[in-house]
Amino acid sequence: MAEFLIKNGFVFDPVLGIKGDKADIAIKDGKIVETTALSSPKIIDASGKTVMAGGVDVHAHVAGPKVNIGRNFRPEDKLFTYKPGHGIERMQGGFSVPTTLRTGYNYARMGYTTVMEAAMPPLYARHTHEEMRDTPILDQGAYPVFGNNWFVLEYLKNHEIENTAAYIAWLLRATKGYAVKVVNPGGTEAWGWGLNCDNVHDPVPYFDITPAQIVKGLIEANEYLGLPHSMHVHANNLGNPGNYTTTLDTFKLSEGIKPNSKFGRDQVMHHTHVQFHSYGGDSWANVESRAKDIMAYVNSHDNLTIDMGQVTLDETTTMTADGPFEHHLTELNHLKWANADVELETGSGVVPYVYSPNIKVCAIQWCIGLELALLAKDPMRVFMTTDHPNAGPFIRYPRIMKWLMSEEARKQQFDAFKHKDKVIEATNLAGIDRELDLYEIAQMTRAGPAKSLGLSHMYGGLAPGLEGDVAVFDFNPNEPYAPDAIETAFSNAECLFKAGVQVIDDHEIVSNGNKRTLWVNTKVNENPQVMRDVKEKFLRYYTVTLNNYEVSGHYLPNPYVIEVDATQ
Amino acid sequence: MAISVNLITGRTIQQGVSMEAGKEKPAYTTACGIIELDPVDFKRLGAYRNTHVRVTSDYGSVVVKAVEATQGPHPGVAYIPMGPWANMVVNPNTYSTGMPTFKGTPVQVEVAKNEPVLGSLELVRKGCRGELA
Amino acid sequence: MTKTVTDVICPFCGTLCDDLEVVVSDDNKQLLEVYNACAIGAEKFLHSQAKDRITRPRMRQEDGSWKEISYDEAIEYTAKMLADAKKPLMYGWSSTNCEAQSVGSEIGEAVGAVMDNTATVCHGTSLIAVQDIGIPSCTLGEVKNRADRILFWGCNPAHAHPRHMSRYSIFPRGFFTGKGHASRKVIVVDPRPTDTASIADVHLQIEQGRDYELLDALRVAFKGEKLPDVVAGIPKAKIYEVAETLKSGRFAIIFFGMGVTQSIGKNHNIDAAIAVTRDLNEYTKAAIMPMRGHYNVTGSGQVWGWLFGFPYAVDLSRGFARYNPGETTSNDLLRRDEVDAVFVLGSDPGAHFPFSSVKKIYDLPSVAIDPHETPTTEVCKVHVPVAFVGVEIGGCAYRMDNVPIETRKVVDAPEGMMTDEEFLTHVLARVKELKGV
Repeated sequence: MAEFLIKNGFVFDPVLGIKGDKADIAIKDGKIVETTALSSPKIIDASGKTVMAGGVDVHAHVAGPKVNIGRNFRPEDKLFTYKPGHGIERMQGGFSVPTTLRTGYNYARMGYTTVMEAAMPPLYARHTHEEMRDTPILDQGAYPVFGNNWFVLEYLKNHEIENTAAYIAWLLRATKGYAVKVVNPGGTEAWGWGLNCDNVHDPVPYFDITPAQIVKGLIEANEYLGLPHSMHVHANNLGNPGNYTTTLDTFKLSEGIKPNSKFGRDQVMHHTHVQFHSYGGDSWANVESRAKDIMAYVNSHDNLTIDMGQVTLDETTTMTADGPFEHHLTELNHLKWANADVELETGSGVVPYVYSPNIKVCAIQWCIGLELALLAKDPMRVFMTTDHPNAGPFIRYPRIMKWLMSEEARKQQFDAFKHKDKVIEATNLAGIDRELDLYEIAQMTRAGPAKSLGLSHMYGGLAPGLEGDVAVFDFNPNEPYAPDAIETAFSNAECLFKAGVQVIDDHEIVSNGNKRTLWVNTKVNENPQVMRDVKEKFLRYYTVTLNNYEVSGHYLPNPYVIEVDATQ
Repeated sequence: MAISVNLITGRTIQQGVSMEAGKEKPAYTTACGIIELDPVDFKRLGAYRNTHVRVTSDYGSVVVKAVEATQGPHPGVAYIPMGPWANMVVNPNTYSTGMPTFKGTPVQVEVAKNEPVLGSLELVRKGCRGELA
Repeated sequence: MTKTVTDVICPFCGTLCDDLEVVVSDDNKQLLEVYNACAIGAEKFLHSQAKDRITRPRMRQEDGSWKEISYDEAIEYTAKMLADAKKPLMYGWSSTNCEAQSVGSEIGEAVGAVMDNTATVCHGTSLIAVQDIGIPSCTLGEVKNRADRILFWGCNPAHAHPRHMSRYSIFPRGFFTGKGHASRKVIVVDPRPTDTASIADVHLQIEQGRDYELLDALRVAFKGEKLPDVVAGIPKAKIYEVAETLKSGRFAIIFFGMGVTQSIGKNHNIDAAIAVTRDLNEYTKAAIMPMRGHYNVTGSGQVWGWLFGFPYAVDLSRGFARYNPGETTSNDLLRRDEVDAVFVLGSDPGAHFPFSSVKKIYDLPSVAIDPHETPTTEVCKVHVPVAFVGVEIGGCAYRMDNVPIETRKVVDAPEGMMTDEEFLTHVLARVKELKGV
């Protein structure tokens, strides 16, 4: 394989602890190596430019059934956004829900090389894998959802951690999944009857278990197995005024549990898109930021990581396995509503949404997301996301960087709000003058998420031995720049290497890379009870047979299997 | 004497089975080269069951065998299983929806005792070559 | 000796039953018996064994007769026809696997084709309605396990989806529906007293083409507002009664079919049906589902969704994807002479398009890829027989509730026959050569 030497760039790498110093980065045989290991590399002159590891997205909805509902039911999302094929790029379209090809290309343009699909309904795992297969360049994995799964509800009602763990191992293998995802625990099952679970103690109809028991049990099962990633939760009560107490209650379920993982992570809970979970007040009239309370907790608890769910002030498409929330949203904005409940497992909903700077609540949401990042004491535990496409499309990450790195940019946005004064009053952001630097950004977008995923041995840094995922941006951090220059530069990488293959050269996509699908194969002790339960549920309640459930290898043409042994 | 009825088309189990067994086979014609009429309409038409009839609309004409409604009564409504025979007479206009108006085509039905019901391949072939009466 | 293959997926309708058992000869050459399938599904498997099956491509001669040609010649003809055309129509895609659909999409992109599937004459109007108003839906297992109100509107599963009622909707005993049929109320709306209606608790024999009115009347009735004495031929008392039945359920599901999508009103009928479902969610839980016809029409909409962003009627002729039903739909294109070549795979427009469209196919350069001899092969210039997907080759298919299932190969195709995917892969390679890409 080709060798590359990226010379004289300003390097930002939390793994090596390089904070913008000039350094040379060497790539050989797909990996980062010492510069001395190269014989006749292609030289990339990065002088005056920024060099970082490939970006890692810990939470985005980019592939699978609800994403495709979003595409197919929103032809208007393709208006004015279509691009014909060009060079090796095929035609591509869509703004908030881009086609798979555009997803791969656009992430690459931002210097991202790893993207995790945040919610895979197990019964639709094939669909998710088909879309990931057709997403070029990126390494991807998908999180099957467990928080409303009948097996899990029944096992955890009696706190059967071992059985839950055996079932998780079985389902991860059957669906070729990566991690344990929980969405509105219990609430989506309640939605099967048009109901919801509003807080962590609100019992699930019929199953007689609370969301708290589900979350805690799944954390314990996750640590029992020692999976690479922690339990990854979207808590109850998303998007409602006053919901920050539910969020804190959910956080607290992780207390006293220590990580048991050989994959180098420190957390036992990742709470996603916390912006949507940090609201005070008791109505939309008096909704306010509670980011301070939330971040006070996060800052003082090491076994927790979060991501932002930053509102980008765009017209977008919301989609989540939180079925009752989407129904709530369509009642609020009266836009079209798709719902897709999945037998024995989960549900989902899709509703378009316009985050308008003229609407007070949207502006407050914008503030809250940024507050979370700016109040973070440890950027290695707070990650940049938009919960794509829920709070906005992922292509806005460079714009979020701008807001995080420039108080001036934030001021400009405040000035553009229709209800600026009321927004300032309901939030803390105007009083925060912190400006993140590129090192902190690299923590939030590279090293942090990679570590949280248990993938710091592959991604997130530039240390020798890591994957050859490197991005070069046309941005000189040592010269004065206008805030917008950040957005421009980081939207359009000059060079990108993915596992040692040059994917972008001089801003042009020149290769579809060597896309891999990551999944976790967990060895557990034989558990006849769980296998009997699986057989019985398929016989009696599923509408596909057990033998037609498991995703076969041909859906993952280039798999990367992470082996976990939990038989000890 | 011709009668006017409202024509709809759709699947029948016989249509499905004979289609999968081969549209070139006579069974397909038996299953789909028919029009199901209500007894009341048979009376109006003054014809026996299993008589060949000519069905004519603003859009075309086809000879099929008239049989008694299998899922009736539905006076005034006639049924030709989906297939080339029905498609000779259905309203092809989509009214800018992409969808031809397969259901609800006003048609005239008249007795055509001596005219044959063509097989599916012959029907479209002759139709394309302009060899149909 | 023989062996039995279990958990076989039936490649006929959108019900996509996956519990068939097929007996084949030990050498995988012969398919002998099919168990658990409906009459149509069984026939589909057995027809693959027909002695008179066409196993080699053929080309229509000047005198109207067929001449056998090689697959290479068929590939060359197809690739040239598509590459030379300004705006070819590539139609069908519903009776094949997603793998073939994916390769076909790449060909369409390379030649600037209009890609359309059988939704165009089936549930295309439903897809338009979903783009207007959304769709609250669920998987068929949710129906089996929870639904106690089943409404079939303008569909006749007893004939079109024969095992739907026993597997999913009326009869099965699910988790919360342990009494099966007895725990459900079944309502059928149809202008004919169909065989499905005969099993129902209530049959509303609606005047044909008045679905929109009746759907709207239901919405009025939900709110307890005043109705005229009769709507669409149904007395108002009956409408109030049905409205109450639906509202009082714990989980209501509406299945709808061609009766609403093809009758006048078209997508507006579906709009109203979905609005009824949305309204019902104010009182209880409700879902709605189109009864998709071909076993993988849903899959082609999914594949094009993630590749192009549109479920059908995708016009790639300008180098980017455009979607405008009424303009970029097959029958409109054919009737307005807007395409200059026709490629058909996995469908039979010759039998199922209005004749005026069929005549246009006959007048154009045309290729039909189909295991069967059909009215479409009869009017096309070249017929390429291929292996049966789901019988002689596996691959992914999407059920009517969008659940993907991997179909199985149970028997070998006759010696030397290509699959859809193989044929398309060759065509794609040749098209790329011709186009210099």
